[in-house]
Amino acid sequence: MRGFRAKGLAVALVATVVAVVAGCGGTSDSTSSSGGGGGESLTLVAYSTPEEAYKKIIPAFNETAAGEGVTFKQSYGGSGDQARAVESGLPADVVEFSLEPDMTKLVDAGLVEQGWDQNEHKGMVSDSVVALMVRKGNPKNIETWDDLVKPGVEVITPNPFASGGARWNVMAAYGAQLESGKSPEEAEQFVATLFDHVSVLDKSARDSLNTFTSGKGDVLIGYENEAILAQQSGADLDYVLPDETILIENPAAVVSESENPETAKAFVDFLYTEKAQKLFASTGYRPVLDGLLDKKDFPTPSKLFDIEKLGGWGEVSDAFFDPESGKVAEIFKSQGKSTASD
Amino acid sequence: MAYLSFVALIPLAAVVVRSLDGGLDSFWAAVSSPQAVAALRLTLIASLIVVVINAVTGTLIAWVLVRDAFPGKGIVNSLIDLPFALPTIVAGLTLLAFYGPDSPVGLNLAFTQASVAMALLFVTLPFVVRAVQPVLLELDREMEQAAESLGAGRATVFRRIILPNLLPAIIAGAGLAFARAIGEFGSLVLLTGNIPFKTEAASVFIFSQVQSDNPVGAAAVSVVLLLVALVVLLIFGLISKRVLRHEQ
Repeated sequence: MRGFRAKGLAVALVATVVAVVAGCGGTSDSTSSSGGGGGESLTLVAYSTPEEAYKKIIPAFNETAAGEGVTFKQSYGGSGDQARAVESGLPADVVEFSLEPDMTKLVDAGLVEQGWDQNEHKGMVSDSVVALMVRKGNPKNIETWDDLVKPGVEVITPNPFASGGARWNVMAAYGAQLESGKSPEEAEQFVATLFDHVSVLDKSARDSLNTFTSGKGDVLIGYENEAILAQQSGADLDYVLPDETILIENPAAVVSESENPETAKAFVDFLYTEKAQKLFASTGYRPVLDGLLDKKDFPTPSKLFDIEKLGGWGEVSDAFFDPESGKVAEIFKSQGKSTASD
Repeated sequence: MAYLSFVALIPLAAVVVRSLDGGLDSFWAAVSSPQAVAALRLTLIASLIVVVINAVTGTLIAWVLVRDAFPGKGIVNSLIDLPFALPTIVAGLTLLAFYGPDSPVGLNLAFTQASVAMALLFVTLPFVVRAVQPVLLELDREMEQAAESLGAGRATVFRRIILPNLLPAIIAGAGLAFARAIGEFGSLVLLTGNIPFKTEAASVFIFSQVQSDNPVGAAAVSVVLLLVALVVLLIFGLISKRVLRHEQ
């Protein structure tokens, strides 16, 4: 029975290690304070990836006149989840999401003012682009979108119905086809073929990264900033920027029911300062301020396009991601038929 | 009763009401969409397989834990509950570490339909064991000895004495395991790959409906799971009762 016991202990050990590792990656509800001051408190509700950036930006804000003594409550999670939480009453002063429709949801609910995007950056505080993450050394020689649908290439992307952020990936793949001269029908067909190569559809970008780093798949479609952050934290991967890809834009705004609207506004304004933008850049985001973009770290893909070019999120959300009639829902359905008849 | 209402009954009723927000037609459309049907079928079939395996292995484990003596028994006994006590997402990570692409034993089950059953087996492990254990402890050994002294072989003793006594407990444990299995989410979402029509379980499908702002569709599929769980628990309860009555 020794073997049995040892095995039991090994399982317990593995479970413990995994639990500890998982615990370290958890979200924090930490507060940060530079002491003294007015003691105002802001609640920041954001999607998951900018957590690293805010760890640097909040202390920098505390050093400014407007930010002195302001304490922060922070909540990070999936963009859609966070938007739903605020919509259903989670108190928040400042929100940042991974894509505009989540902000639109709060505008519709009367929680964010209509004019939230009326500044020179259209309310977007950080940018990124959709990138293709590959194994170290790029063994499958992935350079273009077409390489993803070659025989034997396994693709990982989050489920665009479960993860709003994953919709950037789908629109990047679709738009890239249009950019390279294909018709909308051909582009749609490409997306369908691409999903044929997807072996795991995780519920979030974080889960997909986890799946990929655990050894599954050849290519992970994701954001450039995620790839940079993953490299910074030691993940063994390279990333490729295809010539045609989409510009990701992340919106932030003040919540209209904020109890400290001036401070909240000051914080959002601070996000556009050179200092904050550089801190965003240091965690992998592309700054939205002209002239701050380091062309060496962040080369501009030759055929970069934005969501407006595809009609804007309002149109795209309905046309592609309606769970009943969207184009991607149709693709899933047709693949269900093809797999059922296999 | 008031406590039960607030903790469980009223929220459950709210799901049912929500699922009918768009009328019966949209309820039906939601649960009969091909993707929902595929997800429900996968969940139910995997749960059934898991319950059958659990009924057998759970009884065996309970037997070993009660009747056999071996060093470290106390530890093993407390380990049984671990899969249940772990946050299921951690269960998923644990399984992924062992059965994933980096499997130390070369067993890569992750992201296949088999992984659905694997995850469910893991999280439902304790149910039958814990249901059978106390009954086995109480079981009167003299009955077995009497049977043996009358010339019954071990197989006969098991079939005629032990099994009938354990059956209600096995069934009760299996019922709970089934109910737990059809609702499992955390471990599946990591381990199975969530490919619609292939490895997407019902709970994961519900999640994606919530995320795509289709709460009615999510509620509709939830109600189906709820009904199945209810019916299964009732049936298992009835069988269990009937077996007991038969005994007496």
